[in-house]
Amino acid sequence: MNAQPTSQTAAVRCRSVHKHFGQGDNRIHVLRGVDFEANRGQLSFLVGPSGCGKTTLISVIAGLLDTTDGKVELFGENTEDMGAEQRILFRRRNLGFVFQQYNLLPALTAAENAAVPLLAAGVKRQEAVDRATDLLVKLGLESRARELPNKLSGGQQQRVALARALVHEPRLIVCDEPTAALDHATGEAVMELLAGSAVHPERAVIVVTHDNRVFHFADTIAHMDDGRIHRTEHRN
Amino acid sequence: MNFVALRMLTGDRAKYLGLIFAIAFSTFLLENQTSIFAGIMKRTGSQIADVIDANIWVMDPATRYFEETKALKDTDLLRVRGVTGVDYAVRLFKGQPVARTPKGNFSAAIVMGIDDATLIGAPRKMILGSWERLREPQSIVIDRGGYQLLFPGEPYQLGRTLEMNDHLVKIVGISDAKAPFASFPIIHARYSEAVNFLGRERSQMAFVLARPVAGVTPEELTKRIEAATGLKARTTDQFRWDCINYYLENTGIPVNFGITIAIALIVGLVVSGQTFYLFTVENLKQFGALKAIGVTNWRLVGMILLQAVTVGFIGYAFGTGMGAAFFEFFGRQIATRGIILMWQNAVGVGVLMFLVVIGASLLSIRRVLVLEPATVFR
Repeated sequence: MNAQPTSQTAAVRCRSVHKHFGQGDNRIHVLRGVDFEANRGQLSFLVGPSGCGKTTLISVIAGLLDTTDGKVELFGENTEDMGAEQRILFRRRNLGFVFQQYNLLPALTAAENAAVPLLAAGVKRQEAVDRATDLLVKLGLESRARELPNKLSGGQQQRVALARALVHEPRLIVCDEPTAALDHATGEAVMELLAGSAVHPERAVIVVTHDNRVFHFADTIAHMDDGRIHRTEHRN
Repeated sequence: MNFVALRMLTGDRAKYLGLIFAIAFSTFLLENQTSIFAGIMKRTGSQIADVIDANIWVMDPATRYFEETKALKDTDLLRVRGVTGVDYAVRLFKGQPVARTPKGNFSAAIVMGIDDATLIGAPRKMILGSWERLREPQSIVIDRGGYQLLFPGEPYQLGRTLEMNDHLVKIVGISDAKAPFASFPIIHARYSEAVNFLGRERSQMAFVLARPVAGVTPEELTKRIEAATGLKARTTDQFRWDCINYYLENTGIPVNFGITIAIALIVGLVVSGQTFYLFTVENLKQFGALKAIGVTNWRLVGMILLQAVTVGFIGYAFGTGMGAAFFEFFGRQIATRGIILMWQNAVGVGVLMFLVVIGASLLSIRRVLVLEPATVFR
């Protein structure tokens, strides 16, 4: 079973999305006609076994990869119709990322790391760091804002990454295995923060995970296997 | 994003210092070798540059450089004086006798015999004594390098004697003549006395020194003298360059220095290029994250160039500082006096090192430009 019918609140719409890698005999068909939606104000989980195409799908949704065929709409706009520069600007304005390995810049403090999207958008350094620090305070990292990432625990680093994803108030947040590198309690705490701070009536959050211990946070769960979404659960 | 680029650069302390070290030592080696090379080449014309009263040198047509002279006829002086536009022309003797001290120290010396009447060609920079005292009988002026060579460890003192070709002469002045190509003492004496310091030949005059009248350029006068006398006439600058070119073309000096300079350049490029490349490759994940977040390729290129130019500038500054300290110390030593860090060398090496760091960053830039931002999810 594929995605539910389109709703007025859909932030992301994928229709018959195909993605190939390689050529000829080496061609790998990773996405095989994916239909997927993520709604504003919801936590949408994308789950499935390793290699099923979850990461490729969020890369396509985020505009980091082009589709081979099909259509991806973000907030009513087809990102593949945009030029490269326009797509980068769209991503900068509208997307926030949380990565499995945090991908914080080791030479920057927690606050500076969280401020990177603002700096990329041209906000002055002090203003950007101040705004990022305010956010870190809300996420419980007040005393760690000036620490380098190597002085932070995994959970704290992921909270900094969450602050970095939120600081520029994007309309879509894409999280790739945000709890995979964390123990259960820390993962639970990070997911609580994500659910509490990222979910917003005008924002959609997509979480790629195969950590079934955190499924209870999801509003919808799209089950993916072999390049297709074969079932979508609506939890709330 | 500039501060992000700089923090990324300085955050990896080992590679940051390694880059600065590589560029600093390349800079030092390049500035050091090019300056020493230029200094040695300049020395080939030191005795020409020391003559400030005349700016035209007339010589036998076969003369190629200062050390290689063929005596002119005494009448050649009169022929040069007869050329229109010559303000004055005087004779100059150059010989290389052996000078001995009463204690038995000896050295081959460059003796410049200057015009008895005018003393044109005498050294004007004196450490001790006066060049005018050359009018005294059996008197000479010796340069400080020569003095220290013949009287090692002894204080400067006038009145000491030297013996050349059985002629006893008295030191009446110690000059600050420019260091010669070989470390021989430079001795100035009156022409009539200098010719006696060597075994007597029929002709002794090595050069005629001349100066044009007002309104005639030295270049114009050299042409007139050549046309009128059949002798070779060169301006001071032309003759200095003749000497430099002679050594460039006829000795292995440029090849030896060239090899060292090329190696310094290659090592600087390879080491800094490799280190910078590794630095970028190890940060690809971070660059990928920045790309995903929405940092444009142009901005990333700017960040990499800023990092490259920063380490290049700091490395160059350290290298130039080391070079300046080196020449400050060795420029005060007798054997290496006059060899300095020339601004032309410093600027030239600066341009070279700028190209090195830009070259070194090109590979890194390419890696970042082709980087798929989706790699951050892998």
